[in-house]
Amino acid sequence: MSLKQKTKELLKRRAIAEQGGGDKAIQKQTAMGKMTARERILALLDKDSFHEYDLFVEHDARDFNMDKKVLHGDGVITGTGTIYGSPVCIFAQDFTVAGGSLGVMHARKITKIMDHSLKMRVPLIGINDSGGARIQEGVNSLAGYGEIFFRNTLASGVIPQISVILGPCAGGAVYSPALTDFVFVVDQISKMFITGPEVIKTVLGEEITMEELGGALVQAEKTGNAHFYAKNEMECFDQIKKLITFIPWNNGQKARAFPPKEPRKEYKIEDIVPSDPKKPYDVRDVIRALVDDSDFFEVQERFAANIVVGFGRINGETVGFVANQPLVLAGVLDTDSSDKAARFIRYCDAFNVPVVTLEDLPGYLPGVDQEHAGVIRHGAKVLYAYSEATVPKVTIILRKAYGGGYIAMNSRHLRADFVFAWPTAEIAVMGPEGAANIIFRKEIKEADDPEAMRKQKVKEYKEKFANPYVAAAKGYIDSVIEPETTRRILMHSIEVSANKNVGQPKKKHGIPPF
Amino acid sequence: MEEKAKKPRFKSFIVDETVYKTYLTKKYHERRAYEPHNPKKLISFIPGTILKILVKEGQKVKKGDPLLILEAMKMENEILSERAFKVKKIHVKKGETVPKNTLMMEFE
Repeated sequence: MSLKQKTKELLKRRAIAEQGGGDKAIQKQTAMGKMTARERILALLDKDSFHEYDLFVEHDARDFNMDKKVLHGDGVITGTGTIYGSPVCIFAQDFTVAGGSLGVMHARKITKIMDHSLKMRVPLIGINDSGGARIQEGVNSLAGYGEIFFRNTLASGVIPQISVILGPCAGGAVYSPALTDFVFVVDQISKMFITGPEVIKTVLGEEITMEELGGALVQAEKTGNAHFYAKNEMECFDQIKKLITFIPWNNGQKARAFPPKEPRKEYKIEDIVPSDPKKPYDVRDVIRALVDDSDFFEVQERFAANIVVGFGRINGETVGFVANQPLVLAGVLDTDSSDKAARFIRYCDAFNVPVVTLEDLPGYLPGVDQEHAGVIRHGAKVLYAYSEATVPKVTIILRKAYGGGYIAMNSRHLRADFVFAWPTAEIAVMGPEGAANIIFRKEIKEADDPEAMRKQKVKEYKEKFANPYVAAAKGYIDSVIEPETTRRILMHSIEVSANKNVGQPKKKHGIPPF
Repeated sequence: MEEKAKKPRFKSFIVDETVYKTYLTKKYHERRAYEPHNPKKLISFIPGTILKILVKEGQKVKKGDPLLILEAMKMENEILSERAFKVKKIHVKKGETVPKNTLMMEFE
């Protein structure tokens, strides 16, 4: 055979393998409103950048007549490519091939590309669309999952790991996404759960649909398992591409800098925040007034909305924002919001992203359910994450900074590099009403008109303590600033922190309150 | 859809005696009010199937006497009496599947 003929033979073999599960299965996939694995990869990566490996891998299962079955690529497509020129490793499970079920060779393809991404220090993107373990391969499938989980853990904090759920992802399979940094879901397509509706019905007698149990909205809103929610697959890919622009390739680098841009004119910082600490506003507008081009990329938008986390750029550089949201539950910290914030701070710290904290919270959410849900250990995660982080850390106190909330939100005491306060800031051990009632309990009780006395004492307390100057007098905050200078001050703080270098006591690892 | 079109109203929300104006979340609305433990009510701690009922209404039981067997997650859980009681009412039947937090028996 000539070289030409042999090349022809290769192309023929490739064309067959690239068909995956064949026309019928592809039709079925399309009928479900889903793209095929190959279409997904091509839609996500830069044009002509995808290079596939292990296309000709075959399974070697013999039991249950598996030896007679040809499964192209063993149900998963793996390779490398670029997104806006940044290199990534990628795998996409192919639901058209045996339902994307995970057999031993399927798993080996995934772990091979994972090893590659860790070795090359580039982000890993995994597109999940699989019926689960390939039952015919028995414990070998389980072994495959275990080896994936292990690599997820090993790579955690070294390379960014992104999971995209574009189909079912059930049983043990969901633990790989859960171990990665960011999980993307799409409405009506993503389904994540440990035990499905049928098992729940037979064992427990509870009836629930797949969508209600572990659909995209549930994961984005209720459980917090997902970080990004999209209406369709193309929107999801746009979100992934955008995320890639905000994060570095690995933990040894910084995110790519972009040309600086001023925030858009419609966001006027001094008009957003009411001076009355009891009045709500959308803290995301404050962030938009601070970041380049007013472009704020929010993470976990729908989950625990009483805290806002996400990425933006200040003077072209990626910054992570953590901000109390007075619009929702008055911006309190609770179990979910603590969890959300702590994880995001740890992400930023692992990947050299400076953290900017915008503070305006009355404290922790009161309630039996919160106490019993472990708000102590969840709340402690925030303290841990801030204290542990060695990236540049800047806090702006917009209004309320009371009690435990003041300490938790990147206070000076947790090794913040810069703490600034607006003139509207109230830094105090608790809100004026509560404090006055405790301190002046006797005076109020014994007064002829207790209510008038109470009001007067609250007023006195407010004037004396509900301001930034008591904390400034102790040096707990570095400076009281005019609101309109906030962006300039942030730019400066980040600029002068570029070479920040702080030591940590030697340890294997800490014991965060997981 | 009509409900969505309406602009949600701010609610009053109290922390440390200060009243804040804010939105509340679905999760906050759905939270369950705390109920103190009532020893006179036998509540299922796990969803499952009533395999056997070992007492009758009106029967006196001692502390530690078996009351019923609740099968859940392939385990047969023998439910014992917390104190000495008289069985007032049995709310479940043999073979019945019960969700979590179901009232199964009452005592006096």
